[in-house]
Amino acid sequence: MAMEMRDLPKKETKDQMLTIVQAVNDGMRTLLETDDRIMLLGEDIGKNGGVFRATEGLQEVFGADRVVDTPLSEAGIIGASVGLAVNGFKPIAEIQFLGFIYPAYEQVMTHVSRLRMRTMGRYTVPMVIRAPYGAGVRAPEIHSDSVEALFTHMPGIKVVCPSTPYDAKGLLIAAAEDPDPVLMLEPMRSYRAKREEVPSGRYTVEIGKGKRVKEGTDITLIAWGAMMPVVEKAAEQAEKSGISCDVIDLRTLYPLDRDLIAESVQKTGRAVIVHEAHFTGGLGNDIVSMINDTSFLYLRAPIERVTGFDVPVPFFALEEHFLPTPARVVQAIEKAVHF
Amino acid sequence: MNTHYPIKQVMDKEGRIVDSSYESLINEQLVKDLYYHMYRIRTFDRKAISLQRQGRLGTYAPFEGQEAAQVGSAMALQPADWMFPTYRDHGAKLTFGADMAGTFLYWNGRVEGCVPPEGRNIFPPAVPIATQLPHAAGAAWAERRKGTKNASIAYFGDGATSEGDFHEGMNFASVFKAPVVFFNQNNRYAISVPIEKQMNSETIAQKAVAYGMPGVRIDGNDCLIVYFEVMKALEEARKGQGPTLIEAVTWRTGAHTTADDPTKYRPADQGKDIVDPLLRMERFMKNNGYWDEAWVQETAERITAEIEKAVEDMESYPTPNVEDLFDYVFAEMPAQLAEQKQSYLTHLRGNQ
Repeated sequence: MAMEMRDLPKKETKDQMLTIVQAVNDGMRTLLETDDRIMLLGEDIGKNGGVFRATEGLQEVFGADRVVDTPLSEAGIIGASVGLAVNGFKPIAEIQFLGFIYPAYEQVMTHVSRLRMRTMGRYTVPMVIRAPYGAGVRAPEIHSDSVEALFTHMPGIKVVCPSTPYDAKGLLIAAAEDPDPVLMLEPMRSYRAKREEVPSGRYTVEIGKGKRVKEGTDITLIAWGAMMPVVEKAAEQAEKSGISCDVIDLRTLYPLDRDLIAESVQKTGRAVIVHEAHFTGGLGNDIVSMINDTSFLYLRAPIERVTGFDVPVPFFALEEHFLPTPARVVQAIEKAVHF
Repeated sequence: MNTHYPIKQVMDKEGRIVDSSYESLINEQLVKDLYYHMYRIRTFDRKAISLQRQGRLGTYAPFEGQEAAQVGSAMALQPADWMFPTYRDHGAKLTFGADMAGTFLYWNGRVEGCVPPEGRNIFPPAVPIATQLPHAAGAAWAERRKGTKNASIAYFGDGATSEGDFHEGMNFASVFKAPVVFFNQNNRYAISVPIEKQMNSETIAQKAVAYGMPGVRIDGNDCLIVYFEVMKALEEARKGQGPTLIEAVTWRTGAHTTADDPTKYRPADQGKDIVDPLLRMERFMKNNGYWDEAWVQETAERITAEIEKAVEDMESYPTPNVEDLFDYVFAEMPAQLAEQKQSYLTHLRGNQ
């Protein structure tokens, strides 16, 4: 079988109104159509179309050899994907929920992330791992983890986390085109929250680039994924008290967009970082260090962090108390502004 | 391999005895107890689905069709044994003595539902797949080290056999001669993936060969064979003979969970030939003169009342305590966590 990436079909691209999960589906469909090397692997992704319907309809079109229902084995999915990736394919592996990735953690930590280094570039692992993450949908226990920092800590794998349908498709295609492994965390709470225009066909959102979603002058708010709606709501509330917020959606968690963060904080002199992952060892700490390195003399207040607490993600009866809320973010904004 | 591991039964689909090996152990009390528990957990299961549909319960994993496997296995345990269930084995848990209101609470996102009753060792349900098998091996190994006759039972499904923890748990138990019964409920689907796509082996029982332990394949919808074979495996384990793998072939009548739609992946006519395990037991009881209409009626009423009471208890349970979020992470709360707790409680008070 000749395997190559075909040029984009030269037809007019039409915008479609899609949710995040539909945009992810459209991204995989686009990749399968335009790159013979793409294979999807995962539990229940074929006939069932995925437990969130992210792969709905793809096996029917592209066949069971390319959209593969695997055995129930996360280490198998990721480990076999390494073998496929070094040998000419581009696997996009779905882990059903991020909280179930741990059996595959060894594969990610010891092989996915360092095969390039261990072979001085002779073997590389151009693969994508997709996983829905986060709490707030009253899911059964363990289904709600948000452990991006376990992966941003490990050199050799990039981590992206879109918060909008447009970015979801664009980052997925960029991840598939990337010469290195990319973990894409998909905010399950936002999967069907809203629709927006998403171009059909192939386009990318650059990995490593954040996006300013609201221009402001008094304080920088930094978040990603499922925390974006929380931060945007907090920004609206803060505006009512006359506080102007510069809101940044990081989109890529490794490597971080240092320039965008520095430029914003140097303008506002204040920052609040919001993530639903635990406080200790959370990515917020890396962002604080980065601001310290780039913008220390511009700061007018200590940097605030609003995060999940240092407790395991609780059963859903208590999850609203675990997750950062607009009220907690507003409190942090006020603390920084009135420092 | 099917010929090496034929499906063992006590009764056929019509409830007639097909193998008399265990006939001398069958008596009216045992049969009525088994039927009682099957009826009880089925009523619970249907109630839970109905509560979920009314928005009174979270996502729920039903077990209808697997009652014989869950009741027969749990009834074979001794009170001091250890149970390691999955999220679909609350029927077995209830039979072994788990609290019913607590079981409802679990499915309502309440951690209180994971706490076993005093005097029973029931692990919280394993939500990640197959992770409980090594736990069962360890707990059983501890019993052996302590010189007791207590054993463990680990519940798991067909999909679990693809995970590394399945193999690691089986191997540990076998190497350390831990008194474990690895009780597999092969309901033929791991969410949407049928067993023939899950594995290339004809049976699950044959996987025991690799670990040097007995493997038994039984009709998981025949409550009597389940009870007797689990009892036998437990007795061997208690004698120091090590673990056994039992494959109970069964069928999940409904969805994987209330969030799942099995019509997407299961042919409509599949499973239609399967005789419901409760109906089989009813036929068996009728064939053997154990069926007593008045008793059945009285039992049904008693169970309905018990379940209504449990629902009431669940719904009148105190609202979740925010402090619980922080209080059970460590024996002694680290200072930084105490600060997080204090600051959040202050924040909550400020917003009231």
